[in-house]
Amino acid sequence: MRSCQLRELGRVDYGKAYELQQQLAAERKQGLIGDHLLLLEHPHVVTLGRNGHMEHLLAPPEVLSRAGISFHPTDRGGDITYHGPGQLVGYPILDLREWKRDVVGYVRAIEQVIIDTLADFGISAGRVPKLTGVWVDGRKIAAIGVHISRWVTSHGFALNVNTDLSYFQYIVPCGLTKSVTSMAQLGCAADLNDVARCLAGHFGRVFDCEMLLEPAVLAAPGK
Amino acid sequence: MTDVVMPQMGESIVEGTLTKWLKKPGEHVDRDEPLFEISTDKVDTEIPSPTAGTLSEVLVEEGKTVGINTVVARIEEGGNGAGARPKAAQPAAQPPAQPVQAPPPPRQSAPQPEPPEQETIQPTPAPHQIEDTAPATGPLSPLVRKMAREHNIDLSRITGTGSGGRITKQDIETYLAQQKAQPAAPAPKTPAAPAPAPRAPRVEPPSPGPLPPSGQARTRIEPMSTMRIKIAEHMVLSKRTSAHVTTIHKVDMTKVAKVRERNKANVQAQYGFSLTYLPFITRASVVALRQYPIVNASIDGNNIIYHNEINIGVAVALENGLIVPVIRNADEKNVLGLQRAIVDLAGRARSRQLKPEEVQGGTFSITNFGSFGSMVGTPIINQPQVAILGVGTVEKTPVVIDDAIAIRSISYLSLTFDHRLIDGALADQFMTKAKQVLEDWSEDVL
Repeated sequence: MRSCQLRELGRVDYGKAYELQQQLAAERKQGLIGDHLLLLEHPHVVTLGRNGHMEHLLAPPEVLSRAGISFHPTDRGGDITYHGPGQLVGYPILDLREWKRDVVGYVRAIEQVIIDTLADFGISAGRVPKLTGVWVDGRKIAAIGVHISRWVTSHGFALNVNTDLSYFQYIVPCGLTKSVTSMAQLGCAADLNDVARCLAGHFGRVFDCEMLLEPAVLAAPGK
Repeated sequence: MTDVVMPQMGESIVEGTLTKWLKKPGEHVDRDEPLFEISTDKVDTEIPSPTAGTLSEVLVEEGKTVGINTVVARIEEGGNGAGARPKAAQPAAQPPAQPVQAPPPPRQSAPQPEPPEQETIQPTPAPHQIEDTAPATGPLSPLVRKMAREHNIDLSRITGTGSGGRITKQDIETYLAQQKAQPAAPAPKTPAAPAPAPRAPRVEPPSPGPLPPSGQARTRIEPMSTMRIKIAEHMVLSKRTSAHVTTIHKVDMTKVAKVRERNKANVQAQYGFSLTYLPFITRASVVALRQYPIVNASIDGNNIIYHNEINIGVAVALENGLIVPVIRNADEKNVLGLQRAIVDLAGRARSRQLKPEEVQGGTFSITNFGSFGSMVGTPIINQPQVAILGVGTVEKTPVVIDDAIAIRSISYLSLTFDHRLIDGALADQFMTKAKQVLEDWSEDVL
């Protein structure tokens, strides 16, 4: 069975996480390392995909920076989006040649992982045709944006656990005039780490790999 | 002339949107160098060039969506003189279903053993030249070798800080940073001359240009590892969350020591692992937890969550940190079963083979700092639990029993508990129970 190293990074700056992804993706392409799943949270940041539209940024950069939000153009698919505390961000670094050479199949699988995770927390979520992401009653709960180079994936998904949704007012998320939601808004008081652990389990199942845990501690009794 | 087509990026995919040309018409492109990007359903994919040459025609402009196998560009092979032939070979790394030319096997000039893209972007200096200059400090990782090649670094000028003086990625980065900081550094990043010495004729930097010797610095700054950051966050979070109080009890382990001595060899022979004090202490904790379930609880807002399972986390020290794998349903195991679980979890923790669920769901933790010689400790609670037992070293000690001095095996057990939920009296009752189980040990091991 293939294996996938799970790395839970806590709260990481967008730029730092991006560098780490770049590095891991480069090493993955060379076969120096195996598949990885990074799970983390970002401080407030608005990112714009390669094919994004600046007009979907509703606030000028000064307003963003006054609100403590940084801004990053980046090289994933998809339009504009917001990341922030309370949002579970996942960056799988996978070589799709070892799974399926199918980029859309990959996106559908990521959606499945999130749908299954939400089901465990009693939330019934699904897909909306033509609108990549995971939806609950017409509102978006998870966004997806991926970059692939030589079949190695980077970027990934963002699931609103208990995100402060008011931050989405600064953008038109993914260029869609549809509203967003979160697990908390749907009445689920789940903890981000619990959601992360649950998601890692479903990830392993959907992608048919064994999730290995880095020795990065849940908690550490010490003296 | 080679046709470049829209590749098929998956079974169900029939078209793709060409989002960006990474090369302009007339520009040279190397084989496998990213040529354009396509977008399908929120996925951006870089498509490498099927061949080397000049991008002569761009047939599909940015933003257009076309069916798979549509010709999007043409590349004029060049570089290798006039008789350049179409190259059909597709690197394994390439997207499938790109029916370029069928025929002849590649007759490339320079066989390139390694596929990675960067290699082809810059003329690669003959690799062994650099390896020759490598100091005899053990093997270099492929990453380091690649970096050295890319940045044209003479490895003999770098002091390795890895194990056995090995040069690490960090060393290269430090070196590059130092080079950048030195204004006069020649740093010819464009080995335009593919010829012999890519290392640019040693234009000596003004004076021997000694690198800032790191040995003289008063401090060294190093980013924390992810694990370190996690541990730090957890420790502070726990201290902020719980009202930590520690109570310490002296436990006479003489009886357990005897039971252990008696069974040690047999356990080793029959099961292949050694018998330690830890499973005895775990077992005693289980008995006490059953009697005082509030020690096996957690807090949620103003509610107390009583856990029906007794899942005991056992702290395992790692090279640069620690982890707490969990023995599930520890109350269903005897000493032997607990010992087996401890050996198994600790072993896999050290080899990084734990699964996520194996560090989840703990309801109480034990940390055995006695194995490092510590007599007494005050551990930090493993959130969201409310108590943790610290185990001090077991030592033969003179003690007074009935006004006589006796030599007994003594260990100090400390319980750190969350005073929000557990009061001192209860914590001590819990400890008294565990102590009593250990001092009057009555269960069989085998």
